[in-house]
Amino acid sequence: MRNLKRQLLAGPYLLWMTGFILLPVAVILYYAFTTTSGSFTFLNISSITFSVHLKALILSLKLALICTVICLVLSYPLAMILNGMKTKSQGFIVFVFILPMWMNFMLRILAWKMLLSNNGVINSLLGTLGLPKLDILNTPAAVVFCMVYDFLPFMILPIYNAMARIQTDTIEAARDLGAGTITIFFKIIVPLTMSGVVSGIIMVFVPALTSFAVSDLLGGGKVLLIGNVIEQAFMQEYNWNLGSGLSFVLMIFVIASMALMNSWEDEGRTGVW
Amino acid sequence: MSKRLIDLQHITKSFDGQMVLDDLNLYIRENEFLTLLGPSGCGKTTTLRIIGGFETPDQGTVIFDGKDITKLAPNERQLNTVFQKYALFPHMSIAENIAFGLKIRKKSKAYIEDKIKYALKLVNLDGFEKRSIDSLSGGQQQRIAIARAIVNEPKVLLLDEPLGALDLKLRQDMQYELIRLKNELGITFVYVTHDQEEALTMSDTIVVMNQGYIQQVGTPQDIYNEPINAFVADFIGESNIINGTMMEDRLVKILDVKFPCVDEGFGTNTPVDVVIRPEDVVLVSPKQGMLEGDVTSLIFKGVHWEIEVLANGYEWLVQTTQMHPVGSHVGIYVDPFNIQIMKKPESNDEKAVESDA
Amino acid sequence: MVRKSAERIYLFLIFLFLYLPIGVLIVLSFNNSKSKVHWGGFTLNWYKRLFSSSSIMEAFYTTIWITLASALIATLLGTFAALGIDAMKKRGQAIMLGATNIPLLNADIVTGISMMLLFVRFTRLGMNTVLIAHITFNIPYVILNVLPKLKQSSRTTYEAALDLGATPLYAFYKIIWPQILPGVLSGFLMSMTMSLDDFSVTYFTKGAGINTLSTMIYTEMRKGIRPEMYALSTILFLIALLLLLFLNFGPSARKELHH
Repeated sequence: MRNLKRQLLAGPYLLWMTGFILLPVAVILYYAFTTTSGSFTFLNISSITFSVHLKALILSLKLALICTVICLVLSYPLAMILNGMKTKSQGFIVFVFILPMWMNFMLRILAWKMLLSNNGVINSLLGTLGLPKLDILNTPAAVVFCMVYDFLPFMILPIYNAMARIQTDTIEAARDLGAGTITIFFKIIVPLTMSGVVSGIIMVFVPALTSFAVSDLLGGGKVLLIGNVIEQAFMQEYNWNLGSGLSFVLMIFVIASMALMNSWEDEGRTGVW
Repeated sequence: MSKRLIDLQHITKSFDGQMVLDDLNLYIRENEFLTLLGPSGCGKTTTLRIIGGFETPDQGTVIFDGKDITKLAPNERQLNTVFQKYALFPHMSIAENIAFGLKIRKKSKAYIEDKIKYALKLVNLDGFEKRSIDSLSGGQQQRIAIARAIVNEPKVLLLDEPLGALDLKLRQDMQYELIRLKNELGITFVYVTHDQEEALTMSDTIVVMNQGYIQQVGTPQDIYNEPINAFVADFIGESNIINGTMMEDRLVKILDVKFPCVDEGFGTNTPVDVVIRPEDVVLVSPKQGMLEGDVTSLIFKGVHWEIEVLANGYEWLVQTTQMHPVGSHVGIYVDPFNIQIMKKPESNDEKAVESDA
Repeated sequence: MVRKSAERIYLFLIFLFLYLPIGVLIVLSFNNSKSKVHWGGFTLNWYKRLFSSSSIMEAFYTTIWITLASALIATLLGTFAALGIDAMKKRGQAIMLGATNIPLLNADIVTGISMMLLFVRFTRLGMNTVLIAHITFNIPYVILNVLPKLKQSSRTTYEAALDLGATPLYAFYKIIWPQILPGVLSGFLMSMTMSLDDFSVTYFTKGAGINTLSTMIYTEMRKGIRPEMYALSTILFLIALLLLLFLNFGPSARKELHH
């Protein structure tokens, strides 16, 4: 009885959740599968195969993948170095590398755009060194650079956390059983940090895949990602059905990538290799 | 004997369709040290929680001091609990922990301070008032948990495996502490444990439980010397439990050898379980024994030797102060008084005995 | 030794990568020149311009209001929700947490769009719709911060309080509340940072005429970069820094470390 009363405390949230989490998902599904006149259609979904949409999706997947790989390659050694520091200041140093995660997203884009711009800091530096100008603004490369900058801390944090959780005696036990540094790395550290790597990949890949602001601001209208296509469908063409259909496709890709990562993690954990 | 303080009548309790207690009847006398003893999942903790008010029985009544308290909330009961993992409040100092119940009862400040001093002295932790919980060892936390409970002057103290998390030496020390405490306070202790040695050392009464049923209630001596069935015999210390046949009164056949004993009333040619404690098996020269066998293992246990003897196809467990090397040929003798005859399980209640024993 | 210095250099390079852009922004916010590379002397001019710009100040106030209000309401709803969920059986918990995860896992753009589609059916987009949207994506952070604290504050301490004579309400206030308070606080602060940081959801649910700082910077940036933006960025960076310092090294965090 007492328990039931306590469960009722979740009541307001249950209402809120139904109204503002579940219902919106239902609405977007409704739009995705109907025409403007309200009749059922698959056209909004299948329009992903239009060459413009497909190109945007493929480019999004490509850039998100590149961005994720770069973040992973940069973060893993960083997390190892941070974890290896046995000083009192470790907490603060870790904090320093996590802090950018909490800075305003737009601010981070702004900072990067300013650095990259034609008469910006990087180019004037290159100029004083007598090197050719780097003209990458409004190219996919600029978008990837900025995404890496934006999402890097999301990769560092989970990997570092997973690494910090490894007990030193686990490593010592492996050493005791005759494992060398390389064996320890591949057989102990990598498998034990896999959960962190997986959540890091998800936390970078999903926003990179779905972002539209970065490409909009740094791509100069020349880099069209799936997020931009969707945003334009809603805000410029006012074609909500099409926009919902493409959002639905995007949602499927997000869910699929997460499922893929999670199954990969499970396999890695149970597999003996 | 003193009066019944707590009376559990026809208590039934199940969790998610799993029967934990089935028609349990038990009374606890005033001033008694009663121990609920059994393996994990036997229902002993559930019984304690029903007395404490943390679980409501599906059926049955709990009588406390003549009043029905079955539906009474825990905070309205005149008893206190020492929890398994102490359940000290981590964000409060020791003094605040101990004062918790007294503040609720709106005791005066002076009274509370006196009580804290008294309780800390009682558990040998004088001067620990200001310390934080984190700074205490497991044994000290245990004492604080006890102090926190007893300052409220409960009529009954419930203790749920309070020594379970302590190491062996500390556990033995605390056993004597608890006996001393009980005598000084003069209240009833209801103690839950799965440790038979703890139960034998401290209790006035032991209740042996298994799979939701009470197997036997008695003094430590009763339980040890005259276990009522094979489960109790096996659970209370190591034993030789052997299939036998009661030939007639005072004569039992085990391993094809007839042993004189003192039990009567089992009928003739009745299958029974025979319990012989390892310290009651006497090793003699082969000729003098009732049966002969060979020593297969020998372990030094400090006070005695633990020896295994293979005789007539059964590995006898023997405790003796005499050394017999492995391979030596010995005779086995058992005094008739040391042979305990038990009925084979037959009723539903005792099914539980077989499956677990 | 070589390894140590290599590690140092690596740390330093990543540090530069992360902070150089911000550092340049901060420097430029005091630069008495519109150029991005030439130092024209120190000035607070851009800050003055910033504070005298009514559209920026309005966006600033909107942001503060949305951030505080959404974090507060989300903390209230989320804490109650965590208490209720904690009391549920396994299946109920799984369903509730599954739904709670949707806004966390879903792409921001989809979350924003789906809410916009719902809102326009019933009301006009405006301040209230942004507020509702922010509360919605904040609640999960509160729940996920409070729930583990509830699980940690073992049931037995609560039972011990009842055993010592406390009523359920008093036991909650004295025993459970102090133990979950750090979780409630970090849930609140996390909500604030999430709100402060959000762009996509706000962008789709805000309607015309309303801007938070994020959406305003976005619009401004499409037109070109004005130095006032550097000043604004510097201020936002300092706010985030203070919030985070408090979250990590404040009184509640210190207690965490001890446990």
